[in-house]
Amino acid sequence: MEVPDVIKTIPLNWYIFFATFLFCIGVVGVLIRRNALIVLMCVELMLNAVNLLFTSFSAYRSDPQGQIFVFFIMVVAAAEVSVGLAIIVMLYRNLKSVDVGILNKLKW
Amino acid sequence: MIQNVFWFLTFLAIISACMVVFSRNPIHSVLYLIITFFALSGHYLLLNAQFLAVVNIIVYAGAIMVLFLFVIMFLNLRRETEVQKPIAVKFAAVISGLILLAVLLGALLKADIQPGSEVDSQIGLVENLGKVLFSDFLLPFELASVLFLVAMVGAIMLGKRDPGEPTI
Repeated sequence: MEVPDVIKTIPLNWYIFFATFLFCIGVVGVLIRRNALIVLMCVELMLNAVNLLFTSFSAYRSDPQGQIFVFFIMVVAAAEVSVGLAIIVMLYRNLKSVDVGILNKLKW
Repeated sequence: MIQNVFWFLTFLAIISACMVVFSRNPIHSVLYLIITFFALSGHYLLLNAQFLAVVNIIVYAGAIMVLFLFVIMFLNLRRETEVQKPIAVKFAAVISGLILLAVLLGALLKADIQPGSEVDSQIGLVENLGKVLFSDFLLPFELASVLFLVAMVGAIMLGKRDPGEPTI
């Protein structure tokens, strides 16, 4: 059984730090942007950071269940994006804007 | 060699992720996000998870990003009309993101993370993943199809125009 080079040369911690960086970039994006589409894209970025973390743990520990989880995360992300984009199109039709700052009716 | 590839893909992913957040034009954001997804697919290939690399390109870079591009062009958002948040709010958001990063990194640096003792490089191949998916995860797999059906019906319900509603 041949071990992939990356597992021999790259410590698992680097993948964890990389995924943490990507996740935090996604969080900052959700916080600073007002375009609903970009907010949705930053959520995708966070999901992908988690996917990378699952995959790296799965590869380093030789456990296929992590990769199955990534598969299910992708399934849920695809469903979420289709519904989310439908909601954004509906918002644009009613408000002529995709600005999340307008949607403050439920704000306390 | 493999380290150079790792660092190249890592920096490509992080820089293009930053560009997703900071570029003004939504179309540029989508294109940078596609670059990020390709870099992540490269990482999956490095980790010998070929199935996920291919699925990542097909589902994310292919389907989801095309959907985003379609909606952006459908809504005609090319113009850079986004109202910016106040600079203080942005500053606070970046600071809180950095604090989150510091907390996570601090917790992870203390953590005792050990890779597995024996490594089997073949788990990411389609054959092995398929066996696990259709034996241990058969019920979640079938539920995922129901989820897709619900999402499809929901998207059509939301996107359908009521009679008398103005067109875009």
